Amino acid sequence: MVNYIGRRLLQLIPVLLGMTFVVFMIIRAIPGDPAQVILGQLASKEAVEALRAKLGLDNPWYIQYFEYLGGLFQGNLGESLRTAQPVAEEVWPYLAATFELAFFAILIAVIIGVNAGIISAWFQNSWFDYTAMVLALVGVSMPIFWLGLMEQWIFAIELGWLPTSGREDVRNPISAQTGFYILDTILQGRFDQLGTVLKHLILPGIALATIPMAIIARMTRSSMLEVMRSDYIRTARAKGQKMFWVVYKHALKNAVIPVLTVIGLQMGLLLGGAILTETIFSWPGIGRYVYEAIQFRDYPVIQSGILIIAFIFVMINLIVDILYGLIDPRIKYD
Amino acid sequence: MRNKKIWSFLLFFGLILMLFLAACSSENENSEGNGEDGNTEGNSESSGEPKVLIFGRGGDSVNLDPITVTDGESFKVTQNVFETLVNFGEQDTTINPGLAKEWTVSEDGLTYTFMLEEGVKFHDGTDFNAEAVVANFERWSAGTADKYYYYKSMFGGFGDEEGHVIESVTADDEFTVTFKLKRPQAPFLKNIAMSPFGIASPTAFEAAGDSFGDNPVGTGPFKFVEWKRNDSITIEKFEDYWQEGLPKLDRVVFRAIPDNSARLNALLTGEIDLADGVNPSDSSSIEGDAALQLFERPSMNVGYLGLTNTRPPFDNKLVRQAMNHAIDKQAIVDAFFEGRAEVAVNPMPPSISGYNDQIEGYDYNPEKAKELLAEAGLADGFEMELWAMPVPRPYMPDGMKVAEVMQKNLADVGITAEIVSFEWATYLEKARNGEADAFMLGWTGDNGDADNFLYVLLDGDNIGSNNYSYYDSEELHELLIAAQSEVDEAKRNELYMQAQEIIHEDAPWVPLAHSTPLLAGKAELTGFLPHPTGSDKLHNVDFE
Repeated sequence: MVNYIGRRLLQLIPVLLGMTFVVFMIIRAIPGDPAQVILGQLASKEAVEALRAKLGLDNPWYIQYFEYLGGLFQGNLGESLRTAQPVAEEVWPYLAATFELAFFAILIAVIIGVNAGIISAWFQNSWFDYTAMVLALVGVSMPIFWLGLMEQWIFAIELGWLPTSGREDVRNPISAQTGFYILDTILQGRFDQLGTVLKHLILPGIALATIPMAIIARMTRSSMLEVMRSDYIRTARAKGQKMFWVVYKHALKNAVIPVLTVIGLQMGLLLGGAILTETIFSWPGIGRYVYEAIQFRDYPVIQSGILIIAFIFVMINLIVDILYGLIDPRIKYD
Repeated sequence: MRNKKIWSFLLFFGLILMLFLAACSSENENSEGNGEDGNTEGNSESSGEPKVLIFGRGGDSVNLDPITVTDGESFKVTQNVFETLVNFGEQDTTINPGLAKEWTVSEDGLTYTFMLEEGVKFHDGTDFNAEAVVANFERWSAGTADKYYYYKSMFGGFGDEEGHVIESVTADDEFTVTFKLKRPQAPFLKNIAMSPFGIASPTAFEAAGDSFGDNPVGTGPFKFVEWKRNDSITIEKFEDYWQEGLPKLDRVVFRAIPDNSARLNALLTGEIDLADGVNPSDSSSIEGDAALQLFERPSMNVGYLGLTNTRPPFDNKLVRQAMNHAIDKQAIVDAFFEGRAEVAVNPMPPSISGYNDQIEGYDYNPEKAKELLAEAGLADGFEMELWAMPVPRPYMPDGMKVAEVMQKNLADVGITAEIVSFEWATYLEKARNGEADAFMLGWTGDNGDADNFLYVLLDGDNIGSNNYSYYDSEELHELLIAAQSEVDEAKRNELYMQAQEIIHEDAPWVPLAHSTPLLAGKAELTGFLPHPTGSDKLHNVDFE
């Protein structure tokens, strides 16, 4: 097992290296000059040239690339061109905000999605099955922008239950310690604000969970249907076991592997792909951070931001692979 | 064994779920209570309640050291943390006393002497005096264009450079500062009134160096408290502020809410008290809501369709004039600005000194346009690309739809326009390189001076930077350069009036509109006066 993890981690190196190269080349292929963007519309040509030289942008691309790589190996993610802050320092609050939201969303997606899939498979072709699968189809194709604004309108404006945007009640701010506000409120003993922080998570959490939830539900259903037809399930039922235990204990265990793969992939997507949700709910996450960096041609932020997201994505998939072995003893890593 | 794992896992989830539900239900009771008294959450200022203003806006600041930035979202905050030697008027760009209570200008326009307010303190306790002013200007004039962009742009350079207008800044006594200029600069006072030139505490910026923006220290009515990037910036009342009784608020929180509709939603629920960047299409619903009020920011901008003057057929003046006659500007203003804009005639708005109101705009006249095209030898029309702005801006709320109207207008006179658009930074770069036939763009003034529109946008010197249309007229250039150092206001205005006539005749653009950007706030908000530059002073804002 340890061997396996070690090998997988080693494989990470070429993957991430390749990634840095692709991202590096793509962002330089798009037009738009960071020096010009930084200096604004009024800048003179000389000022732009001087800044390009200062930022090293006038070097050939391979020199720029190897300088960037050299920095990376020393743990230096570069400095934002726009804010002049080191990316490594700047990125943490955004990452924490994204993590918190993504975990919350995946929690909703898994709890609802897996159960809806199981029940749909259990009572195949029932009204529940049909409704759930139609809803899942709608969910997969839901425009997040519209969903987000509708959520705000119904739950914040009409019903007044939940806040529209942000992470906290800015009139009672939380001092960011870890950056995970749920954890921060608990650590600082501010239990009055714990509820507020959770309430701020609900609407963006649902918006973000919608698509993964639908995908997970559909995957769970089809995987369960396959397992439910197998002999050992019939045996278990013949032995007179309660249907609930047959489904949730015996069938689920075998059906969960492909579902887990989907959950892992979705989790990775949530981390980087939450730009729309983060924009509508003004969530200060990493998706918006990188997106805004693209608008400003902030090369170091784009490069390092995508690198971090990719790293997390790969790590999550590694964890999923390890989980396979824990859940299914037939899968062995040596 | 494995069962245990699953059970403990489920138990864990169950606990989290319970915690979550418990927290929600207890909070719901609270918010219902608040809901009943009409969303006044937070500013029920009975006795000891602090008065907090939550200002929702489209983006976060870049840096809070004002001299290092160019973006309006940074100045919105620093305008309240720092003060300048002279101030703009409450809602215009006239010059009023600021940290300098009075000043004199020598006959030749080369020496400015400022008498400073006494008893002013920076937030860190440092005294404000003539030495502090000198230290600030020394810091700036030792910079470079990528660090202190606006210094270079307004004062022409740094240190000993030829273009640098300021020769010296000296402290005559504790509260008198003298500026000596190398040559007269007509808008000098307007320049030093700009937000980037807010006076900072020398003790603080010497200690902090390049990271001064993380903890800005000025003399303003509010002092910096906290910055959660991309989320919120908090400033609070400075107890030792030199103007009695100000500011009226205890705290201001600037929140970044990028989506216009989401920002308005936040205002409707009372999460924010004031919202910047309201869509013109939402204005009537806000005016119909008794709990809200609509604010109009006085216009200091221009939205235009630029014609790249070096690309055929736009190298022909007749074609450019034909374009001006072909486009129905009034219809565009009515449809997409909801009437909250006026049709532009000149490249600068009428509120700016030197505006030529004798000029009559090109009327909407397709027949005339066709005649001009025929005269130019293009009776059968031509094909062109029409670049539509990909982002909304106050001077252009919906580029794509406006482009569609123009496309139709042009088709009516036989011109086939294909609408194209790019991502914003790409759009600007390609337009700057002269790759567009016709492109939509706009400009919001920095200091309310005619030079900041005409020279910046249309002088040959600025081709490759802000003169996107590649319009280059020697006659215009001479007028604009003469106006830069003309200290006599009347003579200077005369020069700008002539300049506008030349521009009108040559028609390098189709000027479209001077818009009135909109804001919305709670009805009980008082004392908020939106400033045309976009940087609002909040010291007089209060809740009824």
